[in-house]
Amino acid sequence: MRDEVESTLAIAHHHDLVRVRRALGVAADAVGLDPVRRTKLLTAASEIARNALTHGGGGEAEVELVEGRGVRLRVWDHGRGIEDVEEALRDGFSTAGSMGVGLGGARRLVDEFALESGKGTGTCVTVIVWKRP
Amino acid sequence: MTSVLVEVLNGAGEELVDRWVSLQTESVLFRADLLAPEQVREESSAFVSQLCESLERSGAVDPEATLDGEPWEGMRAFLAALFRSRAQRGFEPDEVAEFLLLFKLPLFEALQKELGEDPAKLVDAVWDATRLMDRLGLYTTQVYARAKEEVIARQREELLELSTPVVTLWEGILALPLIGTLDSQRTQQVMEVLLQEIVDQEASVAILDITGVPTVDSATAQHLVRTMRAARLIGAECIISGIRPQIAQTMVTLGIDLGQVESRSTMAGALRVAFSRRGRKVVATGEA
Repeated sequence: MRDEVESTLAIAHHHDLVRVRRALGVAADAVGLDPVRRTKLLTAASEIARNALTHGGGGEAEVELVEGRGVRLRVWDHGRGIEDVEEALRDGFSTAGSMGVGLGGARRLVDEFALESGKGTGTCVTVIVWKRP
Repeated sequence: MTSVLVEVLNGAGEELVDRWVSLQTESVLFRADLLAPEQVREESSAFVSQLCESLERSGAVDPEATLDGEPWEGMRAFLAALFRSRAQRGFEPDEVAEFLLLFKLPLFEALQKELGEDPAKLVDAVWDATRLMDRLGLYTTQVYARAKEEVIARQREELLELSTPVVTLWEGILALPLIGTLDSQRTQQVMEVLLQEIVDQEASVAILDITGVPTVDSATAQHLVRTMRAARLIGAECIISGIRPQIAQTMVTLGIDLGQVESRSTMAGALRVAFSRRGRKVVATGEA
């Protein structure tokens, strides 16, 4: 089955986080994720999209169904990039005075997590949550 | 060019306004429910005199120049007021645009009457008039969009106020049912309302119910913690209720620590805790 792009959404304002979560909720229901995985996916999306907004100065999000049994979220920004990726994923690390569980916590909430970041090219985070087999 | 237009507008006078008004009121887009024909007349002739005034004041200006200049100030204010009021009264964009679009026909007819003998001059005049009308039209589009945004912003604020009710459950016990996304703006609102109520009612326990909050991420949690800390500073303890199982699991995985916060899965459970804090308990009377 071909992967389908459900929607591409701009992340430019706090209200856009709601739209990203809503689009993901629709995708999660289409795949039939159970409530726990659904909530984990939506919460991870919140963290990642907010990260793109506060650190990357905004960006875009893309929601896709994968093989009809998973939901993939890709969020990219055009910010300065993350200098030390391992450091950024560590709990308690924050450059913005927040709780500092964001990205590392998001990684624990999902099945697959990939983070690419380069100085000057921005940050791209891709996550997948699969339906429980 | 400018003088030709002014001459034509003055020369055509009432006739031009009559023609324009009838075009507007006969249009399929005319909102007879929102607009009386007399009002259309009044607004139309006000527009024409405003147009003459602006054209006269701007003198022989470059027709490509924008409407930003001082001579057009009166026209901008006139259009802004007119279109803002229409936007707020619920006109659709195409219905609003009709006003200026339909002005082209009587205007061109008047130009033709005046310059019909000289096709080259007529074409020039029509083109200049078209450019001018289009620029006025674009300006009103901006005004309309801005007015709509204002309406949306106002509704959002009203919604914010509506969505943070503080309920008195018992003497000294408040409940705050939170619904929807808790962003920093909402949290600020919630905090202000809650703290004020705690002071006014001398409450010592506040139950924050998050049954209606779809996701609790680290930012939401931080907002909650901040609210509870502020409440504690003025002498009230907060209890969180309505954490659904999937949210509890997610919070643990995410690594959110709410600290030493009393929490219950249901509002009833939270109320029981609140009663015991106030030195009360619910007993069965055996009567029912």
